[in-house]
Amino acid sequence: MPEQQAFFTFFCTLLVPFAAAGISLLNAGLSRSRSAAHSMLTSLVVFAIAMLAYALCGFLVARSSGSVLLLQLFSVGIAAMIPLAAGAERWRIAAASVSTAIFAGWTYPLFAHLAWNGGWLARQGFVEAGGSSCIHGVGGLTALAIAWILGPRRGRFTPDGVPTAMPGHNAVIVLFGCMLALTGWIGLNTATAILLANANPNDAVSIAVNTALGAAAGAIAALAVTRLRFGKPDASLTANGWVSGLVAGSAGCAVVKPAEAVLIGLVAGALVIFGIELLELRMKVDDPAGAISVHAVGGIWGVLAAGIFLGSAGQFVTQLVGVATLIGLVLPMSYGLNWVLDRVLRQRVAAEGERQGMDLFELGAGAYPDFVTRPDDVFRR
Amino acid sequence: MKIAGFLLMLAGWGIVVTAVVLLRTSVPKTLFVLAGMAIEAWGFVLAARAHLPRGGSRNA
Repeated sequence: MPEQQAFFTFFCTLLVPFAAAGISLLNAGLSRSRSAAHSMLTSLVVFAIAMLAYALCGFLVARSSGSVLLLQLFSVGIAAMIPLAAGAERWRIAAASVSTAIFAGWTYPLFAHLAWNGGWLARQGFVEAGGSSCIHGVGGLTALAIAWILGPRRGRFTPDGVPTAMPGHNAVIVLFGCMLALTGWIGLNTATAILLANANPNDAVSIAVNTALGAAAGAIAALAVTRLRFGKPDASLTANGWVSGLVAGSAGCAVVKPAEAVLIGLVAGALVIFGIELLELRMKVDDPAGAISVHAVGGIWGVLAAGIFLGSAGQFVTQLVGVATLIGLVLPMSYGLNWVLDRVLRQRVAAEGERQGMDLFELGAGAYPDFVTRPDDVFRR
Repeated sequence: MKIAGFLLMLAGWGIVVTAVVLLRTSVPKTLFVLAGMAIEAWGFVLAARAHLPRGGSRNA
């Protein structure tokens, strides 16, 4: 690799932790204030454990070259933070840590090997430039497995199965997280496409343009859909639309045209709203930050969209095979591993922990000790 | 029903892998891939139904 290209991809890789920071802010802002510190700390711990587990074990499973280790360390950290969003406010930090070690040491590297590092899917011609399936599909389906195993939060559904509103506590940090995520995503998509999907480094600008346009289109689509359906734009769903546009645009970021990236983002932004409603109203899945819809649904759409816009039927079938591998292999495996872990180490916090909030119960202190933002944030015996 | 759902997902993926490995012509391969995905979808629906909360939230 020429020296300039190596420096450029190294610089792009250094931007990737901004995506992790953005996701952690989204997770914290979309959970209630009594679990905000727990959310941020768990994000940091999970990111750390994911990097260590990948370096110790996952690296061997993925069979990637040493030159991409830093990028893969950051990528696996981002992927490991996705299930956290679905398990927010009820996932014990110890159980999340062990689950992350399994995820980063086995589940993520297995699919990364299949899709990126000369594995079976890569040999079929599977198009995956930025991580729609490897990072977000795997993380999103693991999030679904975690949400199923943990069950919904206390009081999330009435005995009749009607969902009750549990809004996030800080839309400002959620939306700031979106802006931060864009910076990281541009670095992630560019570095991944060049280092793992053999994209031409001269296409770096178009990769960044596609990434930004996908996010913009996703946010506008989500904003428009929520405005039309609910009468007012919804900040948290618009944020989810933004991230969904980033997720969906990742797979084809190096091969689609800007107009196609906009179309992918528009569909992703609309899909995320319907995905969240399907999960909440029909499947009764409690996903506080909408991670399953954003990352799993958005990621699968991104993989399929890359096949659609490449214009060949054979390519679309190959993309279908990738999606089938996500749903048919990754989801059952991830569920099975976490189910076994739940039998050994209880994953869900005790009922008292949910009543107090994760901050007080697991950390002994709240995120905002000087403020009472909601009456139910105060623990009363 | 939960186990059956996940086994169906695995079985569907097995059909997809088998089709990709064994079949060369595009039409039968596509049909078998779609059939495998349909079985995965069936398994997913079974697993989702098995996880519907009974009588409200856990610990409610």
